[in-house]
Amino acid sequence: MTPAPTPETAEVGAPPPPPSKKPAPTIDSKGPQRFKALFTWLAFIVVIVVCGIRVDADFVQLFSKNSMDNVGRIMNDLIRPDWSYTGRILPAMIETVQIAIAGTVIGSVLAVPVALLCAVNVMPKKIVTIPARIVLNLVRTIPDLLFAAVFVAVFGIGAFAGMLALVFFSFGLVAKLTYEAIEAIDPGPLEAMTASGANKIQLIVFGVIPQALPYFFSYVLYTFEVNVRAAAVLGFVGAGGIGLHLDQQLNSLRYDRASTIILLTLVIVLVIDYASTYLRRKLL
Amino acid sequence: MIEFKNVVKQYPNGTIGLNNINLTIGEGEFVVIVGLSGAGKSTLLRSVNRLHDISSGEIVVDGKSITKASGKQLRRIRRDIGMIFQSFNLVKRATVLRNVLSGRVGYHSTFSTMFGYFPKEDHDIALDALSRVNIREKAYSRADQLSGGQQQRVSIARALAQKPKVILADEPVASLDPLTTRQVMDDLQRINRELKITTIVNLHFIDLAREYATRIIGLRAGEVVFDGPVSEATDAKFAEIYGRPINEDELLAAEAAKGGVTV
Repeated sequence: MTPAPTPETAEVGAPPPPPSKKPAPTIDSKGPQRFKALFTWLAFIVVIVVCGIRVDADFVQLFSKNSMDNVGRIMNDLIRPDWSYTGRILPAMIETVQIAIAGTVIGSVLAVPVALLCAVNVMPKKIVTIPARIVLNLVRTIPDLLFAAVFVAVFGIGAFAGMLALVFFSFGLVAKLTYEAIEAIDPGPLEAMTASGANKIQLIVFGVIPQALPYFFSYVLYTFEVNVRAAAVLGFVGAGGIGLHLDQQLNSLRYDRASTIILLTLVIVLVIDYASTYLRRKLL
Repeated sequence: MIEFKNVVKQYPNGTIGLNNINLTIGEGEFVVIVGLSGAGKSTLLRSVNRLHDISSGEIVVDGKSITKASGKQLRRIRRDIGMIFQSFNLVKRATVLRNVLSGRVGYHSTFSTMFGYFPKEDHDIALDALSRVNIREKAYSRADQLSGGQQQRVSIARALAQKPKVILADEPVASLDPLTTRQVMDDLQRINRELKITTIVNLHFIDLAREYATRIIGLRAGEVVFDGPVSEATDAKFAEIYGRPINEDELLAAEAAKGGVTV
């Protein structure tokens, strides 16, 4: 995925690594080994059982007549999508894709300078890279739906809040992936640019960008794929797009219409995923 | 003219890289630096354009101290020093012309280069530089479509586009086969003679050093142990520089024979 850095010329005459101090394994060592495996399994089972109890997992309820009846009824509706509904949700579907496009593009553009500030081979000063990374990690810890909920509270219900949420989400994802790609570029051209008397910005324009650009575009496309899926559920918190309609139809138990929305979303996501994967393969 | 005055390089771990180097390299000289790997050849070369900082002493290039320079002044001095690397250091995805043009950035403001714009004169300089190394017709190919020898010539053209007064070449032929080695060394020699550019080359093939150099400098453990014209650089002298008799693999002719090529 990332370009391999050219290894620096190894220092010749370096002393061989000191011999390992670890004693040779004895025949007895198989005993503790087996105990370790047993203990790992035991711990694993304990964790599953404890978690199961905490969430009230109930196999009897899972396969009860009531549950099965519900599954049957809903499935019965879901397999008969209401096609006449398609026309009415098409504008919302388009809005979903528009939210994803706007969010991805704005977020990705904002990600570029921050990615450059985070990469140690471009910014050797820790006083810059560490704060930049802290900001980036903070943005990345907040889930997109939480961003959406906050922006809905601030800017009101609608697509704008959803787009802003995706701007932040895309910014975090693209900046992180891009700065890692920048750190993996071939340092040779950077050295050559320094030697020819280039300043920092010229070094970035002629040494870093041409090497990192294909990776950046690939990450933007990937983020767009993720964003289309994310935009489809933003409506659940009132941040525009198809999610609002899905929420309404599910609440009014119109599973036939919900099915139409789900299928239409599936088609859109599949088409975008396919196109994006094709483009990314062409890029790299 | 390049002057080394009491140049010392000590690494943070205490290792001495260069030990009290005093040298004066005159204009138009073709100097080859020889020595075992680890002797300090690369450190010496990279201290000239300050890709490596020295610990004490001073290096003066064309009357300007690069040791004391900083910021814009340092970049100005670097602009006048072209550099050629063992691994070419080209941007592989970019076109040949783009790579050569990147040697011109030192002549322009940050703003005008930010959008990758170069005036027509620069395109002419770049194409002329490519003609000098006989790969003008590859100008619009991607750099990674070229062979190793061609890529090294592109990097020579990039150095030439800087209109340098000095060219530094750090093991320029170490990753090339014997035949292309000759072509690249011939290019460097021709440029040295025609344009009177002072050239300093690190080499580990001693027969190549003898053939192309006007002056040979031998380094051993960070000290100059030989400095003289080619005629004085006998096998015995080389054995002294290396601290042992010459090996077969230090001769390009022997390498070529192994590959079944005559040069």
